[in-house]
Amino acid sequence: MADIKSSQWRYNMLGYAFSGISLGSVLLLAALGLAITYGLLGVINMAHGEMLMIGAYASYVVQNLFRSWWPGAFDAYLLAALPVAFAVTFVIGMALERLIIRHLYGRPLETLLATWGISLMLIQAVRMLFGAQNVEVANPSWLSGGWEITPALTLPYNRLAIIAFVAGVLVLTWLLLNKTRLGLFVRAVTQNRRMADSVGVPTGKVDMLAFGLGSGIAGLGGVALSQIGNVGPELGQGYIVDSFMVVVLGGVGQLAGTVTGAMGLGIVNKILEPSLGAVLGKILILGFIILFIQKRPQGLFALKGRVLD
Amino acid sequence: MLDIQELDQYYGGSHILRRVSLQAEIGQVTCLLGRNGVGKSTLLRCLMGQLPAKNGSIRWQGEDISRCAPHQRVARGIAYVPQGREIFGRLTVEENLRMGLARFGGKAGREIPASVYEMFPVLYDMRQRRGGDLSGGQQQQLAIGRALVSQPSLLVLDEPTEGIQPSIIKQIGEVIRNLAARRDMAILLVEQYYDFAEALADRYMVMSRGEVIRCGAGSDMAQDGVRELLAI
Repeated sequence: MADIKSSQWRYNMLGYAFSGISLGSVLLLAALGLAITYGLLGVINMAHGEMLMIGAYASYVVQNLFRSWWPGAFDAYLLAALPVAFAVTFVIGMALERLIIRHLYGRPLETLLATWGISLMLIQAVRMLFGAQNVEVANPSWLSGGWEITPALTLPYNRLAIIAFVAGVLVLTWLLLNKTRLGLFVRAVTQNRRMADSVGVPTGKVDMLAFGLGSGIAGLGGVALSQIGNVGPELGQGYIVDSFMVVVLGGVGQLAGTVTGAMGLGIVNKILEPSLGAVLGKILILGFIILFIQKRPQGLFALKGRVLD
Repeated sequence: MLDIQELDQYYGGSHILRRVSLQAEIGQVTCLLGRNGVGKSTLLRCLMGQLPAKNGSIRWQGEDISRCAPHQRVARGIAYVPQGREIFGRLTVEENLRMGLARFGGKAGREIPASVYEMFPVLYDMRQRRGGDLSGGQQQQLAIGRALVSQPSLLVLDEPTEGIQPSIIKQIGEVIRNLAARRDMAILLVEQYYDFAEALADRYMVMSRGEVIRCGAGSDMAQDGVRELLAI
């Protein structure tokens, strides 16, 4: 009897850990772009959550196109949705930077308000286009079902796919930041904008591309979200606060911090949720982060060495 | 050539640069001397575009560049070694040098010319280390190397000897002398270290309280009493 209890407990914990990692990986996609743009521009972009939402709606649109034009290839719609979602949010992000945020650099409060306003406008625009109701995005057949480990624990394919997908996006982002010229410029501007400008980096262009990139990654996150939850105009609102917490917790300027922050937050969330309820769990986590930031304002992964002087 | 005419600059209410004019010819080392706080670095920051000048003009190769952004000035062949070096501390030495290639596109934008490593062998040994882990002297060499990979025709150096050990000062002096001997580059050197400046200067200017108070040929520095103007 005790044996059965303990094995059941173990499977429960495994289940929580799995859903925690799955939540964490979605948070990571939302927070990755935020960490890049916040590190680079010091701008708090309240409209970042709406990029998730737009990415999800992009997959909805692509799904409908496939349904009416290529029903035979319906299962492939998700693959087509990825570049579409990325392209749409990339362009919206660049436009946002160029038309609005650029003119508010050095004024964080105004940026906060302006991007919040943009967020409301985007939500309303989607409501007008697609209606206020949630829309239905179907899983392709290869993402339905799950991998049954024991009768007590089944890992759904869609969540497994998201974890793998996020790992892939993470690797691509790392390569982009560390192995390309644009990535080099982004890191240099993050460290010393004035000097980067004075060695010849067109900082305005780098800002715009980085902002587009951050938004595009969030757009990909939206495609992932469309596979596990409801798609509605307020989709992004539920994630923006959590992604900010990830950025604050992880520290600015390092991918490793963002990854740890996202996974930690996701797993703790899912472990606290069943025993305390979603609301109390959130409150506890928020309280913990506030205390943590008091002790360690630089976040989990601070930069060490002579670099800091 | 570089031709700065009647530049004015203010910080708040205080007048930092008062109608400063300055010329630097290609093939010559122009030394700008002066004590702390007389506006030398401010002048260079105006020249680079980090600070917009209030009045006056900055012409380079006949073109007015006073409205250009810093990276546009770099694209026109101006390179800057700032005071305090401003190395990108979290980038490796190699990446720091690659930053100097920012003005070039394509293949030229990726390959660091070997001549930089010949000039500063220590940078080759350190190329995988982070810029922030280097000593002050090594960082200074890196900052000069970073400026030189952009193949400038005007090299602007802001107190390259400040806080550097004598052996490296000697090496930096050697590099500047060799660059000057190529006669294809205007070098504008801001200094407080009189002997270092005197050994290199073709032309000199002395600033005090935001104004140029004396200028002349480098060989006349001793008889013009420049050392006394710098003494505290």
